Amino acid sequence: MSKTMIRVLGLLISIGAFLLIAECAKKDKPMLGSDDAASAVYVAPGDYDEFYAFTSGGFSGQLGVYGLPSGRLFKEIPVFSLDPENGYGFNEETKDMLKTSFGYIPWDDSHHPELSQTDGVTDGRWIFINGNNTPRVARIDLRTFETAEIIEIPNSGGNHGSPFITQNSEYVVASTRFSVPIPQADVSITSYKENFNGTLSFIKVNPDDGHMNIEFQIMVPGFDYDLASGGKGPSHGWAFFSSYNSEQANTLLEVNASRNDKDFIAAVNWKKAEEYLAQGKAKKRPAEYYRNYMDHRTHSAVSELNKSVMILDPADCPGLIYYLPTPKSPHGVDVDPSGEYIVGGGKLAAVVSVHSFPKMLKAIEDEKIIGEAGGIPILDYDATIAGEVTNVGLGPLHTEFDGKGYAYTSAFISSEVVKWKLGTWEVVDRIPSYYSIGHLMIPGGGSMKPWGKYLVALNKMTKDRYLSTGPELAHAAQLIDISGEKMKLLLDFPTVGEPHYAQGIPADLVHPKAKKIFPLEENEHPFVTMKEADARVERDGNIIHVYMTTIRTHFKPDNIEGVQVGDIVYFHVTNLEQDWDIPHGFAMQGAKNSELLVMPGATNTLRWEPKQVGVFPFYCTDFCSALHQEMQGYVRVSPKGSNTPLSFN
Amino acid sequence: MNKRSRLFLTLGSLLLLGTFFLPIWSITVEAPQYPEGLGIYIRINTVDGQHPNDLKNLNLVNHYIGMKKIVPESIPELVFMPPTVLFLMITGLLVAWKGGQRLLYAWLAVFTLLAIAGILDFYLWNYDFGHNLDTEHAAIQIEGMTYQPPIFGTKTMLNFITTSLPAAGGILAFCSVSIGYAVAILNIREMNRG
Repeated sequence: MSKTMIRVLGLLISIGAFLLIAECAKKDKPMLGSDDAASAVYVAPGDYDEFYAFTSGGFSGQLGVYGLPSGRLFKEIPVFSLDPENGYGFNEETKDMLKTSFGYIPWDDSHHPELSQTDGVTDGRWIFINGNNTPRVARIDLRTFETAEIIEIPNSGGNHGSPFITQNSEYVVASTRFSVPIPQADVSITSYKENFNGTLSFIKVNPDDGHMNIEFQIMVPGFDYDLASGGKGPSHGWAFFSSYNSEQANTLLEVNASRNDKDFIAAVNWKKAEEYLAQGKAKKRPAEYYRNYMDHRTHSAVSELNKSVMILDPADCPGLIYYLPTPKSPHGVDVDPSGEYIVGGGKLAAVVSVHSFPKMLKAIEDEKIIGEAGGIPILDYDATIAGEVTNVGLGPLHTEFDGKGYAYTSAFISSEVVKWKLGTWEVVDRIPSYYSIGHLMIPGGGSMKPWGKYLVALNKMTKDRYLSTGPELAHAAQLIDISGEKMKLLLDFPTVGEPHYAQGIPADLVHPKAKKIFPLEENEHPFVTMKEADARVERDGNIIHVYMTTIRTHFKPDNIEGVQVGDIVYFHVTNLEQDWDIPHGFAMQGAKNSELLVMPGATNTLRWEPKQVGVFPFYCTDFCSALHQEMQGYVRVSPKGSNTPLSFN
Repeated sequence: MNKRSRLFLTLGSLLLLGTFFLPIWSITVEAPQYPEGLGIYIRINTVDGQHPNDLKNLNLVNHYIGMKKIVPESIPELVFMPPTVLFLMITGLLVAWKGGQRLLYAWLAVFTLLAIAGILDFYLWNYDFGHNLDTEHAAIQIEGMTYQPPIFGTKTMLNFITTSLPAAGGILAFCSVSIGYAVAILNIREMNRG
């Protein structure tokens, strides 16, 4: 053979070998992190996780509670959706939590959890979360891990941009994704540009008990307001709202709202808004919306109907709000821990634009104004921009910070997390996500004090990551170690619902404060039964009140006679236990709602309308003790008008 | 008695004051279901839980085996004990003041007898709780099984490991009487020498 022949053969063999290796490499899933990943996420039996992670339930309407780094699921807290597992929204005490101006709404779409802060640091008191579909904001108490309050947002459609918080939890903000006629009116949809507006709402949080009220709303042009972020440090007193559809399209937005090169981030000076409010510049407008809260003494929801809201019009309030042009249909807006930089994720641009807060103030002072939209001045892009991060991946959405000078941006289309440096705007590292990441979360990563050890990628698609469960799959999250120079994938775990955003907090800020029981002596429920001797059954017309107690391992009373078809029976079940982790359940055959799961020291009420004559059992559903299976009773139901006397024992 | 002995005896008697604030005995139970611990303190005037609700929860657990409820109000000793301790303290101080050797022996004898009576009484209560079970209502009945807690030490009963030990107040009382004996012995030695 000639030398040329040998060379050609050698080349062919090399190409073949290369292709073979490439093919093998493709078949193997990408290496999961480093070799010590398993020990990095291993939490030994009985040990605790280092962080709590709270993930929004998305279309489940709830809030997930996980541990990091293990990725273990601890609880799903019912917030906007019914939960037959513990009776939330079904029992008489909690059903008013779901009351709205549209009536009882059994579901919502929850996107963004946000922890309360003190001095810009997450303090572990409360976590807020938005209801997107029927605009609402909820507050969850982190001593009980129960929904403590839900406030409806009037003059809103699609409450997406909420509930982002200011540095001392003065306000949680909310913005309208879908502009609507304000007030609502029967108008043609094609009159969008004339008749549709957005609102930016500022919900004041009472620092003592967390109670929320809508302090004021700002009427803004009918764009789609998307996300928001509170200023911090030097920018404390401002809040920033991203928007798209500055085209004000009302149909086929995927094309019609993607024409402009730049849309806007709205910068709102809320300290100035407070001044205008004090000066009486706001107009009181009629609006019906509910505020529902749990009274911790009665363990019952209280519903309040509000009938008006204060609205500020930017035209009457110079200096209240400015638009920062930002490419292109920006999604996330995130203020860095120093409070100096405002990062806009240019969803349809391959660039992240970073505005400088000091430059923005200077541009306002120097009147670098290039136009106005709906009476709101638009600042010159070049005058406010601090830098652009290029090569940041396709579809950059959200940015979190590690507190060590780096930012991490999620790129949906290129399915990766991209790490870049604040100030130099250089990309320094990137890591794939599986697949199509939406939000990302670093504990404290949106506050002034991030704990920059872990990052959680919250992905929209799962595909082949886990054993299949048919067409509907769990969503996927990935835990990434960000403590070193290079990001390392540590763990991949499924999540419930569709987590959008999440929050993380060191466990020792929450775990030691969690309640174990409700003290019985503090129970002021109107139908409480404080001791077994007080257990009884009372008839009032066709209403029957059963004052029932539970304690290991019996109901008192456990035999009830004299109930008739057509009666409405309320079982007011008080759990007399004062021991940790001893709830009792109560389930009644034929009840059309759910069970009760009564915590130690609490009272819950189940409504039951017997429809059939007979003797029907009830029982405890929560395996409470060795004699749990004996914890049962009967109700005898007689025909209507029967003379069986009411009796119990 | 010399000055130093009287001073020691005064301080020793005053130690009994501690029993009015500190529990004299501790009974704790350990079980897999109670990682946080469960226990009671016996004080000179009452019995209470080591954590809030412990007494209630211990009574709840005990009802499965038919054990009587511990109801502090129904234990007469808890009424007698405070004046008795007060009596011992005052007489101790009187002995220190008078300084008589014979008085000291008498005081030690009374103290010792009362202490033995107290521990015997404690044993009898424990025996009663452990043996006189309500077989009518007990859900869990195991042939030949009794549940008498120990006076001093640890004993396993079903899934519970019960530990009974003197608590701070009890240790103070022990120190008090020990100081009395130490003073007495020192005095005897001194007298022998002198």
